[in-house]
Amino acid sequence: MYVTQGTFSYLPALTDEQIKAQVQYCIDHGWAVSVEYTDDPHPRNFLWDMWGLPMFEMRDPAAILLEVTRCREANPEKYVRVNAYDSTLGRQTTALSFIVERPEHEPGFRLERQESHDRQLRYTLHAYSADRPAGDRYRP
Amino acid sequence: MSEPTQFRMPRGGSPTGPPAPAPPEEDAGPPRLAADAIVDLEDEFRGSKVFEVLEQLDRELVGLAPVKTRIREVASLLLVDRLRRGFGLDSERPTLHMCFTGSPGTGKTTVAVRMAEVLHRLGYLAKGHLVAVTRDDLVGQYIGHTAPKTREVLKRAMGGVLFIDEAYYLYRAENERDYGQEAIEILLQVMENQRDDIVVILAGYKDRMDTFFRSNPGMSSRVAHHIDFPDYTPGELLAIATLMLEQMQYRLSPQADATLRDYIERRRAQPNFANARSVRNALDRARLRQASRLLGGGGGMVSRDDLITIEAADIRASRVFSQTEGGSTP
Repeated sequence: MYVTQGTFSYLPALTDEQIKAQVQYCIDHGWAVSVEYTDDPHPRNFLWDMWGLPMFEMRDPAAILLEVTRCREANPEKYVRVNAYDSTLGRQTTALSFIVERPEHEPGFRLERQESHDRQLRYTLHAYSADRPAGDRYRP
Repeated sequence: MSEPTQFRMPRGGSPTGPPAPAPPEEDAGPPRLAADAIVDLEDEFRGSKVFEVLEQLDRELVGLAPVKTRIREVASLLLVDRLRRGFGLDSERPTLHMCFTGSPGTGKTTVAVRMAEVLHRLGYLAKGHLVAVTRDDLVGQYIGHTAPKTREVLKRAMGGVLFIDEAYYLYRAENERDYGQEAIEILLQVMENQRDDIVVILAGYKDRMDTFFRSNPGMSSRVAHHIDFPDYTPGELLAIATLMLEQMQYRLSPQADATLRDYIERRRAQPNFANARSVRNALDRARLRQASRLLGGGGGMVSRDDLITIEAADIRASRVFSQTEGGSTP
């Protein structure tokens, strides 16, 4: 199941050129761009592992693409995303976030029903990949 | 989460996110030309706006004839390459890393800034800015500190020129555990792999750079252009001084002109002479003396003329004139 999180996730995967163009947009707005990765695809898992520090003062998107490439190489078969943080007063939030790398095969989620009090049912999502230990989740 | 992935609805209305990426632009190259087309080289040269930068270089930098010739050559090569691409001919991106050698104050940094501009106008650099660093900015203080530090600097310089001043300090032959070696390795890696995104210019004294290249053959083979900056002649230094004063909106009285000529002659013979930089410092001190002369001259009225004129006495008061040979000036 194709995980759709962040911006552009309903589009086909962005090419490096397209990523560069997006990052250029972020740089033009003065946002700090950072790279993050994870292997837990749950939609509520928003705290991914940081790949290095956020990058300030970058003039060219090639610099961010360099880190994206390094992150991809170091974390094969994981999700990698690019975040842009807008630090202007009044906004101070992530302005743009999009996935740039995902595992080859994404097994998707199963719906879990929990019997609660008074015959109530609680529903929750469980990623099939999360059954395996972290770091081993997307091995074939 | 139940949305089938094959079914993608185009989102209606105005997009709330950033606009869709523009199609990646071609590298400012000329349009595809027919095989039998004829191009006016002169036109192309002027049209590329490189001409302006080179003209500016000629106008604002005194002397440095070999450097200017070299930059012109590089610019011509890049322009011809661009035209070749227009005809669909094979033109691999040339190696653009350079090495500037010369005494201090001969204009290495200034030329590097212009070089960045030239490369930017020709479409070889996306941004054309210059990041000037020294050993301290690249080499860390403890194990594992160097690589991120160097990479950070390299990333900042991407799309432009990384100017490493006194690059030979990166390599310390006497200490094999020096972290400088690590910085050099990362530098080499990026110089090779990211050739499209960054141009590295190494600068320093000629003899020490030669030693540096001898001990780092990998670096030597990746630097294509070695440009040597000659020392300025006294006449050129005087022209530089005049140009600087013009920019600062000052002028020399006729006697001061002769005195400055004399000053430059004397200063050149002294140690720690840093060409144009020494001249600039001398002028700054002359301005200082002029100001105190005006204030100390019993107050009263000053005209615009007084304010812009530097007298011989302002320069004559320099220590260079009072000292015997071999002394040094601040």
